[in-house]
Amino acid sequence: MAREVISSGNDLAAMAAVDSGCMFFGGYPITPSSEVMHTISDLLPKVGGACIQMEDEIGGICAAIGASMSGVRAMTATSGPGMSLKAENLGLAQMAEVPLVVVDVMRGGPSTGLPTRVSQGDVAQAKNPSHGDYKSITVCAGNLEECYTETVRAFNLADRFMQPVIVLLDETIGHMHGKAILPDVEEVKAGIKPRKTFDGPAEEYRPYGVAQDEPAVLNPMFKGYRYHFTGLHHDAMGFPTEEIETCRKLIDRLFRKVDEHRDELEYNEEYMLDDADILLVGYGSASLAIKEAIHRLREEGIKAGMFRPITIWPSPEERLYELGQKFDKILSVELNQGQYLEEIQRAMGRKDIQKLTKTNGRPFSPQDIIDKVKEVF
Amino acid sequence: MAFNYDNYLRMEKMPTLWCWGCGDGVILKSFIRAIDKLGISKDDVCVVSGIGCSGRFSSYVDFNTVHTTHGRTVAYATGIKLANPDKHVICVAGDGDALAIGGNHTIHGCRRNIDITLIVINNFIYGLTNSQTSPTTPRGYWSVTMKQGNIDPTFDGCKLAEASGASFVAREKVTEPKKMEKVISAALQHRGFAYVELLSNCHINLGRKNKMASAIENLDWIDEITVSKKKYDAMSEEERMNLLPTGILKHDKEAEEYCDMYEALKEVYQGKREKITPADFKKVI
Repeated sequence: MAREVISSGNDLAAMAAVDSGCMFFGGYPITPSSEVMHTISDLLPKVGGACIQMEDEIGGICAAIGASMSGVRAMTATSGPGMSLKAENLGLAQMAEVPLVVVDVMRGGPSTGLPTRVSQGDVAQAKNPSHGDYKSITVCAGNLEECYTETVRAFNLADRFMQPVIVLLDETIGHMHGKAILPDVEEVKAGIKPRKTFDGPAEEYRPYGVAQDEPAVLNPMFKGYRYHFTGLHHDAMGFPTEEIETCRKLIDRLFRKVDEHRDELEYNEEYMLDDADILLVGYGSASLAIKEAIHRLREEGIKAGMFRPITIWPSPEERLYELGQKFDKILSVELNQGQYLEEIQRAMGRKDIQKLTKTNGRPFSPQDIIDKVKEVF
Repeated sequence: MAFNYDNYLRMEKMPTLWCWGCGDGVILKSFIRAIDKLGISKDDVCVVSGIGCSGRFSSYVDFNTVHTTHGRTVAYATGIKLANPDKHVICVAGDGDALAIGGNHTIHGCRRNIDITLIVINNFIYGLTNSQTSPTTPRGYWSVTMKQGNIDPTFDGCKLAEASGASFVAREKVTEPKKMEKVISAALQHRGFAYVELLSNCHINLGRKNKMASAIENLDWIDEITVSKKKYDAMSEEERMNLLPTGILKHDKEAEEYCDMYEALKEVYQGKREKITPADFKKVI
């Protein structure tokens, strides 16, 4: 049975983590994400887990990755400057295939930017936060409910694909406080899909020796399966190697394990699109203003609809292509200078997409969108 | 009968990538003997290393092993330990790893007094990457980044650890393998943060340009700059100037360990005890 709660986006992300079986949080306070840690610091010890405030952002993610390597579900939360600091170790988690949920509550940037104000400026960073080649998985919550449900989904995806999953909130959603209808806890618990393990004899265990489109199978530590984690290119047991074919296959697999299972990742919302003449594309808190704008535009006889990617990386490129073929009038709406617009253009193969952007730390109002639609179409 | 190390080594990884005559292998052997004599199961140990020559330590030993990013051993280990408080979590780092790029994590690992053993292999130089200055490179010595003589002041990792709150601090050197085994063993038996600095030779990337091109010359130098804690304590400030004390330098068995305190916190949240107040601690500020 669904439950009705009054809560905030950041609190809901913390609740979702614990309901998903998260047993470890390592972090460092940063506005506007701190409430995730405030809340989870109360929730985890109750269920026998642990939350630790580390000495810096880097320590926060390292502790969380360490806990996850040992076999427990783990999370960290941060905002843009913290994402920049965590980048190197996100790369290690990609390379060593360590599942982790990273909540990034976006604020204005670059640099210290606008700590208490909204932006969607980390969208491009989320695609490739660390150096090197790998395939990021990033989901983006567009309302209070999704702060919960997307965090739940992120934990399952992290364990399925054995890599970090970034949950993007933005300051507006993270600090929004209100009613949310959540799935029942028992339902969430029943839906937990823990990471795969190997049960055979230890001498036959090859944690990284898996099919070319599959993630590593990493058993928990301290259970008799002794292998190696490293950020270096590694062989089937996790040991460093420079052997040419092994190195090629490793990076190829890091791509293919995601690329060949995009159907398990793709998740979009299509809102009043069926009869629409104008396509608005947006995500996160911007989608709330877009929806209101659509209603008001329709009252004036202007038929607009919205496409909202919820899994933003990898992007829903095939669906975007189809929509690009179907719609003549397309407006991209985002709280940055057009970071996702580049992906929309690429996927649609079109350059004539209109854009509405904002980078002054303020959210969109529906009127901003209505005015833009009337101006450009 | 000679001690058989094979059971603890990943023999297929031998020989190590360490240079001929490197002291790191002596440390590896002392470490293995200490674990063996304590009778700790291989499955109950996690060895976490960073970047540098010391970073390869973890891939040679048959435990649960983690090779992390540069400087982050203690941070990774903190997560592993707090999630598995009954296991042995051991970091192996170099002087650059633990005292330069990872200095902050070393300080705060010590401060929390979390039950991790941090073995710092101090060879006074960035050896793996060809002789850059480290925080322990002696002043006036040649390094590739200070070819006209190193001007950077050094610091004493043991003093740092002690001041930061580590409850066990020791220093030994590769010329004393038995003593290394003893301090590693004591560190592993200690519940709390144990900082163990082991002085090692790098005659290749420190020695060759600093008039100690052979392992023996480099080892003799290590003996010259060290003195037992007992003798050190009896010396004047002036006599101590260019010497490092060896042995167990601090051993506080009373200090509260972090995982134990976290267990108390869990009990509060689970309604098994009253909340934690200043009265629960001897030292509050």
